Amino acid sequence: MEIKSQQKPLMLRVEKKIMESKEFATLFFKYPLPFIPGQFVMVWIPGFDEKPYTISFHDQDGFAITIEAKGLFSKKAITLDKGEIVGIRGPFGNGFTIHQNKRVAVVAGGCGMAPLAPLVETLDQETIFIQGARTKEFILFPDRFKFEPQYCTDDGSFGHKGFVTDLLKASISSKKNIDIVYTCGPEIMMHKVFEICEASKIPCQVSLERYMRCGFGVCGACVCGKEIVCKDGPVFESQTLRNMKDFNTKALLKSGKAVDLPDYFSWRCK
Amino acid sequence: MTVPFIGKQLKNRTVLASGILGNSKDILERVHEQGCGLVTMKSIGPEPRDGHKNPTVIDLGCGMINAVGLPSPGYQDMEEEWAELESRNFPVNASIYGGSVEEFQRVAKFVSAKGPDFIEINISCPNSEKHGMLFGVNRQSAHDVVSAVKKVIDVPLIAKLTPQAIDIGDIAKACQDAGADAICAINTVGPGMVIDIEAQMPILAFQKGGLSGPMIKPVAVRCVFDIYKAVTIPIIGLGGISTGEDAIEMIMAGASLVGIGSAVRYRGINVFEKVAREMDEWLLSHNTSFKEIHGAAHQQN
Ligand SMILES: Cc1cc2nc3c(=O)[nH]c(=O)nc-3n(C[C@H](O)[C@H](O)[C@H](O)COP(=O)(O)O)c2cc1C
Ligand code: FES
Repeated sequence: MEIKSQQKPLMLRVEKKIMESKEFATLFFKYPLPFIPGQFVMVWIPGFDEKPYTISFHDQDGFAITIEAKGLFSKKAITLDKGEIVGIRGPFGNGFTIHQNKRVAVVAGGCGMAPLAPLVETLDQETIFIQGARTKEFILFPDRFKFEPQYCTDDGSFGHKGFVTDLLKASISSKKNIDIVYTCGPEIMMHKVFEICEASKIPCQVSLERYMRCGFGVCGACVCGKEIVCKDGPVFESQTLRNMKDFNTKALLKSGKAVDLPDYFSWRCK
Repeated sequence: MTVPFIGKQLKNRTVLASGILGNSKDILERVHEQGCGLVTMKSIGPEPRDGHKNPTVIDLGCGMINAVGLPSPGYQDMEEEWAELESRNFPVNASIYGGSVEEFQRVAKFVSAKGPDFIEINISCPNSEKHGMLFGVNRQSAHDVVSAVKKVIDVPLIAKLTPQAIDIGDIAKACQDAGADAICAINTVGPGMVIDIEAQMPILAFQKGGLSGPMIKPVAVRCVFDIYKAVTIPIIGLGGISTGEDAIEMIMAGASLVGIGSAVRYRGINVFEKVAREMDEWLLSHNTSFKEIHGAAHQQN
């Protein structure tokens, strides 16, 4: 029987911080972490709290996480400066299943770009890449990728005015074959993407978010239907999503109470 | 072949420990499908409670330390879950906690009416300021809470004990005398503490937490051994079990069923299936049976 390596927080100093916009910051760490795109780490600010973040940048020497300031923890996290110490557990979760020889579409909404960025960087083939944000200012990682994304913003300040799903639909009806769609963003958006894919019989992979404690499939804080988001996910494929009755409907609060998604998200943003 | 346990038939001798997954009917059902004989719900409390801030669960390699802090929607706010559980086709053990005899009684009465197969009273949790453990370290309080709860429920009562008791056999006997139908032992060991030397502070937000997993198995085996000597009611032995051989050891100490918690981390959610199969294989290869090895470690004494 294999007992996994020690998983106490690994204490690392912030190597570099980039303010992506006034509400987004990327924190870089120098440590060679094993990694599959889509996996996440538990980030501990000593004396404060610990929360899951997907890895938004990775190479052989280090990795980064990208934080959107929306709740108490993330507002604190984006104020961390170079040299400050945080604890990292993980990486946890399954990550995306990457298909090199297929025609891929990547659909990112807001901070959902974070887990998709390292995935996009592994793709060699021609890729349909759709990225949405509230406004131009909130477009994450412009100029980072070798593929030029199709942009869209809620207010039309950059690219198409409207939803990423409009662009996905357009791509599906004009381009012939998309073999697989990867998506991350607000759950309601991912659910729309999933429905569009189902209608066109295109498999998709979706990265979900739930409140977490352990990060390794023991405490039950993150269960979504029959799935354990931290362990079986955070990435789920169409086949699982079809039977996941809590997808886009319910999530557990800290107490374990299952509530409707809007109530969950308004709690998470506190 | 099924296993009889206080009037019910279980598909094997494995039990899901309380507080491990167990947050919804769906996940309990999955654990059952993964080979678990009896699934225990996350402990249900008298009021809504969020539990502690993170970090709450840390893997130490040899087991884990946790101070989740008894999160619960509260017994009155779980109607949907109870409704879903009504249509289940597997046995369920409902774990409850309270801060006083009156609270235990109130929660137990309500929960009993929802029709679980068993009620387990958690008189052993080290992770709350005022709930639980106090009752499990004192023979009189253990007796009082068990007899109070027993009066108001119509399903068998399991008392879950803490290894922090000075004489756990004595506490178990007090529970039996008060009407408990079975004992579950042990809850986490400690509390312990892990300090991060870079941050120079305890890692857990609650500072202290209960230990579980492989490192506590010797304590759990000793506790079950002591309890078996003191009582005649069946024992769910739990603490550090990851393999069929661990389970066999627990049965030799006196357990009838074996609980599994932390090993879900180390061997996956199908650990129940694996442990049950490994137990069977061990019995077969040693040409023996549960009956013959149950409490066998006591023969030499
Ligand atoms: C994360 C976690 C949460 C727990 N929550 C509870 C709980 O709510 N109620 C309870 O009676 N025991 C709880 N326990 C204790 C377990 O049920 C079990 O007694 C203990 O972990 C020892 O078993 P193990 O070594 O197989 O994990 C919890 C344990 C862990 C690790
Ligand atoms: S966070 Fe504990 S099971 Fe997922």
